[in-house]
Amino acid sequence: MDVLPYTRQILSEPPSLYPAYTSTVSRSPRQPLVTIPQTLTEVTGPMAFGDRLFRPPVHDMTRQGKGEPLGERIIVSGRILDDRGRPVPSTVVEIWQCNAAGRYIHKKDQHDAPLDPNFTGQGRITTDEEGRYRFITIKPGAYPWRNHHNAWRPAHIHFSLLGRGFATRLITQMYFPGDPLIDIDPIACAVPPEARQRMVSRFDIDTTESGWALGYVYDIVLRGRNETPMENVK
Amino acid sequence: MSHIQKALTHGLTPWQTVGPFFHYALPWEGGNTLVGSDVSGEKIVLIGQVVDSDGAPIPDAMVEIWQADAGGYYHHPDDPRHAEIKDRDFIGFGRCPTDEEGFYRFETVRPGPVSGPGNSVQAPHIAIGLFGRGLLRRLVTRAYFPDSPLNEADPVLGLITPERVATVIASAEPPVDGIPVFRLDLRFQGDCETVFFDV
Ligand SMILES: [Fe+2]
Repeated sequence: MDVLPYTRQILSEPPSLYPAYTSTVSRSPRQPLVTIPQTLTEVTGPMAFGDRLFRPPVHDMTRQGKGEPLGERIIVSGRILDDRGRPVPSTVVEIWQCNAAGRYIHKKDQHDAPLDPNFTGQGRITTDEEGRYRFITIKPGAYPWRNHHNAWRPAHIHFSLLGRGFATRLITQMYFPGDPLIDIDPIACAVPPEARQRMVSRFDIDTTESGWALGYVYDIVLRGRNETPMENVK
Repeated sequence: MSHIQKALTHGLTPWQTVGPFFHYALPWEGGNTLVGSDVSGEKIVLIGQVVDSDGAPIPDAMVEIWQADAGGYYHHPDDPRHAEIKDRDFIGFGRCPTDEEGFYRFETVRPGPVSGPGNSVQAPHIAIGLFGRGLLRRLVTRAYFPDSPLNEADPVLGLITPERVATVIASAEPPVDGIPVFRLDLRFQGDCETVFFDV
């Protein structure tokens, strides 16, 4: 059977090999990718199966310890949409980040910055019927890495999305507006400038809660597809 | 550029690497066990080692799989046979971080054949997504089974140059506790570099 394929759009994607991000040199294919048609395998995929797939939901990442984590409390919210602007409802959004000092709670993170006993930096929820999600967290710090001399990652939150099918999977990073590190970061710069801006959240006064926390809006756009097969063959 | 792409109102959010620090967030207890005790079909184990272009194991990668059940049904409303699914407990999705030696491991069932483009039939296969530090975007491949007569006419295998087809066909390893073990390494190296797909 023929299936309705999802958008094939690679112009805005980072290449697998981007030598300025040195780890890509030994971790990228030497042979070109083999293009295959999307089949039932690629258009189906893990949708929201609730607790059978994932751990319990966490939307307030400032309530995971005995006390409140240190740092600047923020609200991060937005919508998961497809490239026709339609919401992606009931899809899993998983996020993770370092603490306000720039340290991950991870045994391999050797950055000389303090851990925060009240912050694990991970959350997961499913979107509502309009594709909306909302997290309460702490603004992550910038952190150094060993890619090149004096290398620093811009403050970021990692996002993992499933979408409707295997083909719609996306892992990305959310950056903060006005961060001077973005345009000198090899990971962000692997994406062409115009598309790079899509990974930068925007400050939003309406999301901001008076006397409590700044709000940032970050909409994510996944591959979409047409409603009817006829449109595809024209 | 087709009219379809022009019609897009929203630019796609680009990929970024999963990085080295996903372990607290993404894997979950039992995420690499797709089967319960009463699953229908033949239980199997799928393992493999992820190896970089220098031949070194990659200990901080993550592998996801997606597959049909033993009857060839995808647990998804876009499978036209979805309403007929008998094995409601089998979802077909798994996630596993690689260990210190770069190995992933899933306990699952051997999937049935599924429909392919046109009137074709796809040989039993497991879709694989590979993520990791140094991988700016997911790499996609498939694991096929060495003993399937359907491989010969599989529409996706037919798109691969013959000398590289072997890189997506798992090898049969000695069974463990009577359960067949299949192995598919994921390699960025030399003549045996894994075929990765653009889907
Ligand atoms: Fe990070």
